[in-house]
Amino acid sequence: MKEYPGTTGLILNEPLLWEKGKKGRTGYSLPRRDVESYPVDESFVSDGPDFPDLSEVDVIRHYIRLSQWNFSVDSGMYPLGSCTMKYNPKTNERQVSQPGFAGAHPLLPPHLSQGILRLMFELEKFLVDITGMDAASLQPAAGAHGELAGMLLFHAYHKSKGSPRSKIIVPDTAHGTNPASAALCGYQPVTIKSNDKGILAPEDVSQIMDEETAGIMVTNPNTLGLFEENIKEIAEIVHAKDGLVYCDGANMNAVMGIVHMGDIGIDVLHLNLHKTFSSPHGGGGPGSGPVCVRKHLEPFLPIPRVIEKEGQHLLSVDFPESIGKLHAFYGNVGVLIRAYSYILSMGADNLKKASQLAVLNAAYIKQKLKDTLHLAYGRPCMHECVFSDKNQQVHKVTTLDMVKRLMDYGFHPPTIYFPLVVPGAIMIEPTETESKEDIDLFIDSMKAIANEAKENTELLREAPKNSRRRRLDETAAARKPCLRG
Amino acid sequence: MKELSELNLPDDVRYAESHEWAKPEGDKVKVGITDYAQDQLGDIVFVELPEAGDSFEKGEEFGTVESVKAVSELYMPVGGEIVAANTSLEDSPERVNNRPYSDGWMIEVKLDDASEMDGLLTNDAYLEKLKG
Repeated sequence: MKEYPGTTGLILNEPLLWEKGKKGRTGYSLPRRDVESYPVDESFVSDGPDFPDLSEVDVIRHYIRLSQWNFSVDSGMYPLGSCTMKYNPKTNERQVSQPGFAGAHPLLPPHLSQGILRLMFELEKFLVDITGMDAASLQPAAGAHGELAGMLLFHAYHKSKGSPRSKIIVPDTAHGTNPASAALCGYQPVTIKSNDKGILAPEDVSQIMDEETAGIMVTNPNTLGLFEENIKEIAEIVHAKDGLVYCDGANMNAVMGIVHMGDIGIDVLHLNLHKTFSSPHGGGGPGSGPVCVRKHLEPFLPIPRVIEKEGQHLLSVDFPESIGKLHAFYGNVGVLIRAYSYILSMGADNLKKASQLAVLNAAYIKQKLKDTLHLAYGRPCMHECVFSDKNQQVHKVTTLDMVKRLMDYGFHPPTIYFPLVVPGAIMIEPTETESKEDIDLFIDSMKAIANEAKENTELLREAPKNSRRRRLDETAAARKPCLRG
Repeated sequence: MKELSELNLPDDVRYAESHEWAKPEGDKVKVGITDYAQDQLGDIVFVELPEAGDSFEKGEEFGTVESVKAVSELYMPVGGEIVAANTSLEDSPERVNNRPYSDGWMIEVKLDDASEMDGLLTNDAYLEKLKG
């Protein structure tokens, strides 16, 4: 009999540290005082912060227990569509912890920061090579920040030509942050519908592309996991009216080393280093969303830029047309170091192979589950595939019920109810790092759940039952949020 | 979720293809979202409505509705000036789920052009559209 990863286990309760502390406990010893004691001016004296008194073992058990309530890509498969939850090799952590990197300080002068500046300079080159663009900026802090940078670059470009524009075309299969980023930059987003194949039709773009429109924001592959096959023609239509093409590169994991973004007409592309180039993410940790551009947009890139001069790496602000600074100091450098480590340890051939395997894994899941779950678009998918709960509706079982049950089988739920163009969407992105055996277990779990949907619907509606917390009341949480402990 | 046959589609309102309903009351029109729309959205947790005095054309966005699944735009089934908005939805958005055609109404509109009502669908025609 097959053994699913999900099981019951002893999960330990853990109170808040404030409830756990006992006056007088301590987890460290201060070094012996070697100066005379001196009275502090009373105006500086107060009760101090409300911290509990804890021993070392109190603190260690607290955080270990909390970590055991969690699910991470280090504990199991995490097929969260559009998020690229690939396994993050530990060598990246080792490199970023090296004293030269860990101790780097942004206020140190360039001659004491040559290592980190060189890394940034070379990482820009790597990203430009991988994407087929001409120049890059590592400043944006994450994907949506990269989108904003892209929109500021669009604006700077049209302004430099003396004719700023007011609108941006955004397909309904783009990431949800795209129209928000355009609006934040003062553009009016104009939605365009994907066609019955789930991609953009050039004729629909040419109907709305005009001289008031700054360009288009395309996610490619799009949020249906489909490659925008007409992208070249669409880019030509947009360029003919002197518009620009932005590509949301959040789904770059499907096409590393395969698609030359410059050749297919992309003017600006952002990358999510924390997704594609492997850095632990989610849970609010730092991301990194570099933008890569073609030559004609390079003068507008954010400052400071890392330059090379007489064998030295320097930070330069001498770019008069730049859109300026986007981030305190130079970006989320910890993520940059991990991405650099990942790229070097993989090498060009293996980066390409990673994308090929990511696509193969998604295609395998699509093929194996297409008779179980309703497939939204029956076309070759890229690195993720989108199903829906249409087949299960007769049993009054929803997408939410099925994915909650998946937790009991030991898998993180996929992305659900997104993209919006597919009602009841289930968006699965296995990534390249899952083995065939684990993917088969995932497929068998989904099949078992579809069976339960027919025979034991209550089991699904009450799921998850093995997790520490059962089904959360999301409605009450949203309608009557309790925002403090 | 409801089967199409289980939907409540009263015959005293008119329907827009974007899933809003409009009901004439004197010289004004009340507007909300249909039973189908609330059922598809799931539990509604937030409704954002315009203020009285604002004017919108037919098909223009007048607000948003947020459920546990998604945020959706609300579109004017007919054009006109907002006379009143159902502010009780700020604290009780569940009214849209529970009673979409009564307590769950969203806005009251003074019509610009009474003939726009004729362009909307009857309950039978709306049901046909839903069947696709």
